[in-house]
Amino acid sequence: MLISVYVPLAVTAVLTVLAPRVARRLAPRPAAWALACIALVTTVGWAGSLALLAFTGIAQIPQVAAEGRWSVPALQAEDPVYLTVAVISALFLVAGAVGLFLAAVRQARHLLWARRECARMPGDSELAVVDDDTPQAFALPGAPGRIVVSSGMLRCLGDEEREALLAHERAHLRGRHHVFQTLWRLAAALNPLLRPLADAGGFALERWADEEAAARVGSRRVVARAVGRAALASSFRASSPPALAVTGGAVPQRVRALLAPPPPRRTFPIAGGALLLTLCCAGLVNAASDSDKMLDDAQRAQCAASITHTRTPRPEGFGHEPDVCCEHRMRAERAEHLA
Amino acid sequence: MHHPRDDEAGGTPGRRARGELESNVLAALWSADGPLTARQVLERLPGGLAYTTVLTILSRLYDKGMLVRHREGRGYAYEPARDEASHTAQRMKSLLEGGSDREAVLARFVSGLSEADEQLLHQLLSGHDGPHSAGHVDDGK
Repeated sequence: MLISVYVPLAVTAVLTVLAPRVARRLAPRPAAWALACIALVTTVGWAGSLALLAFTGIAQIPQVAAEGRWSVPALQAEDPVYLTVAVISALFLVAGAVGLFLAAVRQARHLLWARRECARMPGDSELAVVDDDTPQAFALPGAPGRIVVSSGMLRCLGDEEREALLAHERAHLRGRHHVFQTLWRLAAALNPLLRPLADAGGFALERWADEEAAARVGSRRVVARAVGRAALASSFRASSPPALAVTGGAVPQRVRALLAPPPPRRTFPIAGGALLLTLCCAGLVNAASDSDKMLDDAQRAQCAASITHTRTPRPEGFGHEPDVCCEHRMRAERAEHLA
Repeated sequence: MHHPRDDEAGGTPGRRARGELESNVLAALWSADGPLTARQVLERLPGGLAYTTVLTILSRLYDKGMLVRHREGRGYAYEPARDEASHTAQRMKSLLEGGSDREAVLARFVSGLSEADEQLLHQLLSGHDGPHSAGHVDDGK
C-alpha cells in the first residue's frame, strides 16, 4: 500500500509525457488503439488510487469507523498515508468526478444532436452536399452517419482528390472514431493530465483516416494533395478563425506524413506501453488488497477490544458474543484453526 | 485490407459499395460547372466503372429527387437538385455558428491553418524538391 497505491499515478504521469510523442511515430491505427487503451486503464488506475488514498482518510473519521466497526487507533497505527495526502486525493477525486459528469452530459448532448442532424439531412444517401461556397467537409456520427461536404469544397478538388476526401470521412464513420474521441474527452475531463494524450489521439484518428483513404484511392500522394488543397482553400475564404489556429499545425504534419514513406509497424513501444499498463493494474490491485487487509485488521482489533470489554462484567456469557460482526469473525477464526 | 476496385467493377456491387458509388457520383456532379451526361460522369470517376453502373446510379439518384435532368441527344444530362441543398446549407451554417462547442463531434477533413502552416503547405505541395522540404519528402513511386 505504501508504494503500490502511487504506482498507477506514476504510470499515468509517465505515459502522459511519453505516449503522445511515441504515438506520432507509430502507424496511426495501432497508435489510436494504444492511446485508447492507455486512456481507459490509466483513468481507472488514477481514480482507483485517489479513491484508496482518500478512503484511508475518511475511514479515520469516528462516525465512519463506528459504522464500519473498525478501530480508529488500529487504523492510524497501520495507516501509511498522511492525512493531507488523503484530503488532497479526495479533492482531486471530487473535482474529477464533477468534470467527468459535466463532460459526459455535454458529449452525450452533442452526439444526440449529431444523430438528429443525420436524420434531418435531406435524402437517405451517405453524402449530403451543402450548397455553400465556403469549403468545408466533415463526418457527422449517427446511425448511420453522414458525410457533409459543401459544394465549394467539391469544386476546389480534382477527381481523385474528391474520392480521397470521401474515403477519409468514410473511414471516420466506419471506424467509429467518435467513440475514441468520446473516450479521450471523458478521460481528460476526469484527469486533466491526459489532455496531451487526447490531442495526440485526435491527430492519430486523422492520420488513420488519411491512411485508409490512401489505401482506397491507391495513392498516398493524392490524399496529401487533397488535404493540402482543402486546407488552403478553407483558410483563404474563412481567414482562419483564431480558435482553430491552435490545432492548425496538424495539417502540414499530415501532408508530410503522407508524402513520406508509410510508418513501419513497431512492436517495441506497444509492448512497453502494455507493460506499464499491466504495472498500473497490478499496483492498483495490490493497493486495494492491502487496504482491505488493513481494514480487516482494524475490525479485528475493534472486535478484540469489545470482547475483552464485555467479558469482564459477564464471565458466564461464553458463546454469547456481543457483536454479530465479532461472532462471524470468531467463527471464521475457529474454522481457520481447524483447517 | 480489401480490394475495393474488385467489388466496384463487378456488375452487382454490394449495398455498402452502392451507397459509396452514389456518393461519388453525386460529388462528381456537384463539382462540375454544368449538367453532365452519364459518359461525362464516368470520365470524372476514377476507378474504371462500367457505363451501365453509372447509368443505374444516376437514375436511382434521380428517382430519389437528388438530381434534375434534361434531354441531351439520345440520353440525359444530370445536375444536382439545388433547393434542398441550399436549405441544408442555411441550417448547417446556423448550427455551426450557434455553438462552436459542437465542433467536438464533427470529424472535420481539415483544421485551420496558421500563416506559417500555409507557407509550409505550399512548399510541401508544390516544391517537392524545395530546399527546406527535401529531407522529408519521398516520392513514393
